[in-house]
Amino acid sequence: MKVVVCVKQIPDPADPGALDPETNTLKRDTKLILDESDSYGVEMALQLVDAAGDGEVHLVSMAANNEVGGLRTALAMGASSATIVSDDALGGSDALGTSKVLAAAIARQEPDLVLAGTESSDGYTGVVPEQVAELMGLPSVTFAKSISIEGGEAKIQRQTEAGYDDVECPLPVVVSVTAGVVEPRYPSFKGIMAAKSKPVDELDLDALGIDAAQVGWAGAGQEIVAVDEAPAREAGEVIEDDGDAHERIVAFLDDLKIL
Amino acid sequence: MDFAPNPDHELIIEAVEALCARFDDSYWSEHDQRHEFPWDFYREMAAGGWVGIAIPEQYGGGGAGIAEAALVLNRVAASGAAMNGSSALHLTVFGLNPVVKFANDRLKETFLPRAAVGDLHVAFGVTEPDAGTDTSRITTRATDDGMGGWIVNGRKIWTTKALESEVCLLLARTDGIPGEGFDGLSLFLVDLDPEHCEVVPIPKLGRNAVASCEVAYDDLPVESWRLIGERGRGFHHILHGLNPERILLAAMACGIGEAALRRATAYANEREVFGRLIGSNQAVSHPLAKAHMDLHAAMNMMREAAWRYDNGLDCGEHANTAKYLAAEASFSAADHALQTLGGLGYATEYHVERYWREARLQRIAPVSQEMTLNYIAQNVMGLPRSY
Repeated sequence: MKVVVCVKQIPDPADPGALDPETNTLKRDTKLILDESDSYGVEMALQLVDAAGDGEVHLVSMAANNEVGGLRTALAMGASSATIVSDDALGGSDALGTSKVLAAAIARQEPDLVLAGTESSDGYTGVVPEQVAELMGLPSVTFAKSISIEGGEAKIQRQTEAGYDDVECPLPVVVSVTAGVVEPRYPSFKGIMAAKSKPVDELDLDALGIDAAQVGWAGAGQEIVAVDEAPAREAGEVIEDDGDAHERIVAFLDDLKIL
Repeated sequence: MDFAPNPDHELIIEAVEALCARFDDSYWSEHDQRHEFPWDFYREMAAGGWVGIAIPEQYGGGGAGIAEAALVLNRVAASGAAMNGSSALHLTVFGLNPVVKFANDRLKETFLPRAAVGDLHVAFGVTEPDAGTDTSRITTRATDDGMGGWIVNGRKIWTTKALESEVCLLLARTDGIPGEGFDGLSLFLVDLDPEHCEVVPIPKLGRNAVASCEVAYDDLPVESWRLIGERGRGFHHILHGLNPERILLAAMACGIGEAALRRATAYANEREVFGRLIGSNQAVSHPLAKAHMDLHAAMNMMREAAWRYDNGLDCGEHANTAKYLAAEASFSAADHALQTLGGLGYATEYHVERYWREARLQRIAPVSQEMTLNYIAQNVMGLPRSY
């Protein structure tokens, strides 16, 4: 079984850098790391291949300058190989532009299953997995909490507000994996050393047959016109206990649909 | 020596820090208070291949150098695990160096693969009640049993991890007279057989999750193949591992200092007195800034020593200098951190007192600061021997 995992490499949240005032986009000239939300997809893929008894996990990522800092973490976790797509024309790509690139790179792998995080930790658009599925003509299942492959089908538990749906889907399928549903393994020392010799295919737009006008700033269907500071958090409500504080707290949480 | 970012080292740091993050300060404080070895932590580190990182690949280890091993122990210590975490590992990480370098194939093949996966705990038995820095005075004796093997009798102190360890690297006298030179001492890898070894932990100031013990050897039988290297050359075999040990301890010390400064800086940035943050007072910020610089300098000295060792260059001066500077910087950082937190620094809850107790250790062990100065004065600078 071949599983492709979409992996985004993001600026380290501990040192997130700054916005570029000209483009209103995040500067990405610092070291990039594996987006934690994608580590769940990598872990899920490794577990599925382990359960299948054979197969491989291939990573696909798009980043400037053939950056592989985050990919190496996922390779050290146990993925077999990776594709990194870099091209100067990709600067400014919106979610759809990114999805076009990822879909083209994934298609070359002829996967049985494509996994992605539900949303990245820097962009938070949350639409790339579904766009990739649409562009590839594949079914899409979102918010998976568990996946198993049985009889050539994917059996997926899909999280909902009320619980979860049981979904059965033919392969290949694109599935987005909810954060926190598996515990990503730590890279071992031998995994880190082995990652150095794992193949990383470097591709550009020409190699993927994508017209530069369809991606990057040129192809973006959205424009960030302004960026404002998030409003300061408002002071919380103080509940004085007159004997009924517990009831008011329960009512408050009930309003938020937490209970 | 290259100061450019090393992708391997960055990944090692990332992975070890992520693993250590699961074992917070409370974990270490509880284990310290209960005098309980950190088994959960040790097993996780072993499973990740970090305990066997420096064992040669042919025996299933990581085959990495002292630079990488030092980095691992530095990040462990800096996580807040301090000496309780790093010294739970370090004897297996590099303690078997004399076995790798000098032992017969049977010893290597029997024990190194188990050490590589963290399954073999090793203690180190050199110091005796009357033979500390002056190792030539060792009286623990291995006598010929007449059948090619040995019988060991004697008493060692400060044998770290003797309670958890199955085997011990033991320096014992096979020949010669105590106090008359180092020839005549031989190195063995012995079983800590409870029938013949009485192990008693020594109550001590800190690092209480990892016990150091007094071990009495009473007619302990040792088979001939357990002799490491040449009979009578044991001290010289141990010397080979002393520089790596100093480098690792320097890295660990710097990690403790970093943990202490992290706590102190956070506190100085949030604690207000007389209407202002205490960190805005130079009497608070300057000592912390100096501690930061001292730690950085010691860490770079450690890296140079590690680089020299890994590249086969002499590193006695560098390893001793690194250990000395790191011990001073670490304790100074912990002491100023304690001062910054004031009464809270003295309270167990804030962990700085634990760092302080553990940072103090490096100034006396495995060699005192004074003996390190003697080494530099005599062996590096050519000054007369002073003792």
